[in-house]
Amino acid sequence: MEPTEIAGLLKKERFPLEVKGITEFRGQVSVTVGKGKIVEILQFLHDTPELSFDYLEDLCGMDYLGRKEPRFEVVYHLYSMDHRHRIRIKAEVPEEDCVIDSVVDIWEGANWHERECLDMFGIVFNGHPDLRRILMPEDWEGYPLRKDYPVEGPEKKWRGFVEVLDKAERFKQFEWKG
Amino acid sequence: MEQMEIEKDLQTRELTLNMGPQHPATHGVLRLVLELDGETVIKCTPHVGYLHRGTEKLSENRTYIYALPLMDRLDYISSMSNDVGYCVAVERLFGIEAPERAKYIRTIMSEMTRISSHIIWLATHALDIGAMTVFLYSFREREWLIDLFEMTCGARLTVSYPRIGGVRCDVSREFLDSLYKFTEEFPKRIEEYETLIDQNRIWLQRTKGIGVISARDAVHCGLTGPTLRGSGVSYDVRKHEPYDAYPFVDFEVPVGENGDVYDRYRCRMEELRQSNRIIRQCIEKMPDGHILADDAPDLDMPPEGRKRLIPDMSLSHACISLSDECEHITPAGEFYSPTEVPKGELGFYIVSDGSGMPYRMRFRSPSFVHASALPRLCKGHMVADVIALIGTIDIVLGECDR
Repeated sequence: MEPTEIAGLLKKERFPLEVKGITEFRGQVSVTVGKGKIVEILQFLHDTPELSFDYLEDLCGMDYLGRKEPRFEVVYHLYSMDHRHRIRIKAEVPEEDCVIDSVVDIWEGANWHERECLDMFGIVFNGHPDLRRILMPEDWEGYPLRKDYPVEGPEKKWRGFVEVLDKAERFKQFEWKG
Repeated sequence: MEQMEIEKDLQTRELTLNMGPQHPATHGVLRLVLELDGETVIKCTPHVGYLHRGTEKLSENRTYIYALPLMDRLDYISSMSNDVGYCVAVERLFGIEAPERAKYIRTIMSEMTRISSHIIWLATHALDIGAMTVFLYSFREREWLIDLFEMTCGARLTVSYPRIGGVRCDVSREFLDSLYKFTEEFPKRIEEYETLIDQNRIWLQRTKGIGVISARDAVHCGLTGPTLRGSGVSYDVRKHEPYDAYPFVDFEVPVGENGDVYDRYRCRMEELRQSNRIIRQCIEKMPDGHILADDAPDLDMPPEGRKRLIPDMSLSHACISLSDECEHITPAGEFYSPTEVPKGELGFYIVSDGSGMPYRMRFRSPSFVHASALPRLCKGHMVADVIALIGTIDIVLGECDR
């Protein structure tokens, strides 16, 4: 099936209330949906034999600070091994209610991607079996990939880094003076 | 009978064992927390992120060209493939078509990287399991390839050789001659590796029936590359969505049957032969011509477009002010571009807002997904098999942690 046909199927027949917009760029179609029924939509895409999106290529967060409302999006890239088609589903997540349902039950591969999304954007996934930070240290403050997070890092240094600096300072007395 | 009764009374206690982050078999800084019952792994929890450098955040603050050297540092043993993947992604986003010759050169480079990455995988994997000699043999061939990289672009490891819309410089006649000689020699060398371990009884015992994953589960977990093909799924981005010169060359996608460590090893060995075939065909078919597209972006690409001038009519054209809106210098849109790197599918999801810097850059790295499958693979195996399993999924932590 062509990606535009799949998007049309979602909009016209299955989830007319949920689909908020369809855009196409260089042959790739993205469907923007609300976050309320995201698990049902993805389950439908996964289970329907004509679509059979059995492979979750990627799951990532997006931050549109000051450009778009709602601020966050969770982007799912789905691919079908049998039919060789791809579609991009974008679920809108508002800043004040930064929670979305987890899709680990549909694709096991979503597990670490969702943890990364929490780590980098602070989006919480309901029903995730093991939701912890993954790339950053567990006691890190702030969410690095948000657009209001400075590139050089926060002013207050991380506890672990301060410890290392202290240790280096203390061990200076043992340096070989020649 | 008595023995059985005594064993019944003996109770084992669960033991938590920390493996890594500094451990020679973890291929970088991977930390595993293993919960053991005797020697059997009950639960395995990987901890990643020790090599996190924030590449996604960094590339959002650089122009498309300046972000290229960061891609070398993702998977540092197959840096050329990452660069090619990135350039293909940006080309697809911008709508640029690289010239024929550049496409062939990039295909050659990708396949050379595949060979060098696979033989380094074979070397370390065999070394972990206990076969030392393969390590020495395979570094001999890797050296040849790395010297060829140096001959073309001056760098051995972090190459930054491809450009958006082509490649940086043309390959020389000597390069092609030496590479052609390599492709003649290399099949014999593969046979050498195979005589060392293919029928080796220790190797077979350590690899057959270990870490079995069914085709359905492998797709479910999102595995790609040889790790997936070992389970019998014929998914290869080079065939499914061809880029560069892959549509013009003839090659096969080797698949396994059982999805164990041995089948994944066989898949990679066959891939070495196929890569060799691709390189030969590319050298034979390579056309002459330009190596960089005419509409390729300049090296000093501005981060933002020019602002529009608004003549102020009230003061009889004496005043001119700038508008807030910048002109678009790149097409605004979003694109997900998958490429087949030695480890699996490396995807670039780039969102452009029309300026010279990507608004969002996301890497779907195969190592990250493969590492997430470790708990499933390790469960129920012995501690010693964990080493074989880390090796078989072929992860590089630079790419995993980005």
